[in-house]
Amino acid sequence: KQYYHNRKMSILEYNGAAVIAMAGKDCVGIASDNRLGIQYQTVAMDFKKVFKMNDTLFVGLAGLATDVQTLDQLLRFRMNLYELREERTMTPQVFTNLLSNILYEKRFGPYFAEPVVAGLDEKGSPYLATMDLIGAIETTKDFVVSGTCDGNLYGMCETLYKPDLGKEELFETLAQALLASVDRDALSGWGGVVHIITKEGVMSRELKGRQD
Amino acid sequence: MGDSAYSFSLTTFSRTGKLLQIEYALNAVANGRTALGIAAVDGVVIATDKKFASALVEGEDVSKVEAITDSSGFVYAGVGPDYRVLVRKARKSAQAYFREYRETKPVAQLVKSTASVMQEYTQSGGVRPFGVSLLVAGIDGDGVPRLFQVDPSGAYFGWKATAIGKNYVNAKNFLEKRFQDDMELEDAIHTALLTLREGFEGEMNGHNIEVGVVSKSDGKFRLLTPEQIQDYLDEAN
Repeated sequence: KQYYHNRKMSILEYNGAAVIAMAGKDCVGIASDNRLGIQYQTVAMDFKKVFKMNDTLFVGLAGLATDVQTLDQLLRFRMNLYELREERTMTPQVFTNLLSNILYEKRFGPYFAEPVVAGLDEKGSPYLATMDLIGAIETTKDFVVSGTCDGNLYGMCETLYKPDLGKEELFETLAQALLASVDRDALSGWGGVVHIITKEGVMSRELKGRQD
Repeated sequence: MGDSAYSFSLTTFSRTGKLLQIEYALNAVANGRTALGIAAVDGVVIATDKKFASALVEGEDVSKVEAITDSSGFVYAGVGPDYRVLVRKARKSAQAYFREYRETKPVAQLVKSTASVMQEYTQSGGVRPFGVSLLVAGIDGDGVPRLFQVDPSGAYFGWKATAIGKNYVNAKNFLEKRFQDDMELEDAIHTALLTLREGFEGEMNGHNIEVGVVSKSDGKFRLLTPEQIQDYLDEAN
């Protein structure tokens, strides 16, 4: 049976998403939900929205799923060429500017995605950035959020966030902030995934949440 | 560039496998005024002579040594107007890079893209190769001083020290004898001036040579003023 939906949903809400990133002590964490929907119908519970660019750089993309996937491919393409040409790894700052440029190129027909960049810079310090769908950059020291429940995410972060958390505490904080936020949003949820990035490596864990 | 009437390249292979237009371009370079560069452990210096045909020429506002980014610069030997086209293209390309990445374009990338432009002009319709060889000097974020030469063919080479233009053979021999791996920038500037003097006709002073320097201490490419050049010359005497 088909579900009939008559209110026009904003294109950024069509598939649903929740993405969050936080800075800890010499580490960053980035997390997302797993839902892929077509308006109110859930279609997948394992849809990837956080992508590893290299061992110290992750990007999370919230928005229209096709653009999420296309941007992942484009970013990988551009990064690979850069690393071949310049014989060095891309820093998070340069990556953020590149992404901003890619988005602005489509200023009058944009990619419907709002990204979150999380990584460690060359000195090993946490780097966080977010931007809107046309590439306006905002860098912060504490946390960045994006998605259909971004209001909820902001509220949870403001409440739960403390600076200089260790990687285990950062994981807990991210997980709690994400799960509580998506539970009040019909369009995001169905579990989640968290990545904690340190100089030593990346720790990734699946989150068990309400499957509704 | 392919113009409507000339969709074929003017640079074509001879039977012996040479691209004669490039050979001839290199001749134009070899007839040009000498330019040289030295990469020291803490910086790079490039220099050229600026002799004019007549004492009536006002040369103060015309420069051969040009900055491309904050931390890199060019000098040339060969056809001046061709050089200025390359400087303009290189500057634009460096700014486009900065717009994309918010980082200064590294010297090696600058060299690759300039060399690529020069190569295009050996394989495009209706154009001739550039009649210049470039010396590119700069320091990247990693603090390593770099000196490159780019030829009309688009071939590029990294150098510790080199010379191009008139008298380049003698100049290079002189440099080979004087160059040391642990040379510092101050010594390199002196050596550069001494090398220039070898082939210089007449009296060298701060107004008839140009010197560009990029030092590891601040990573900025700058031209020495005529007064500064004169000071170095006086020290050398």
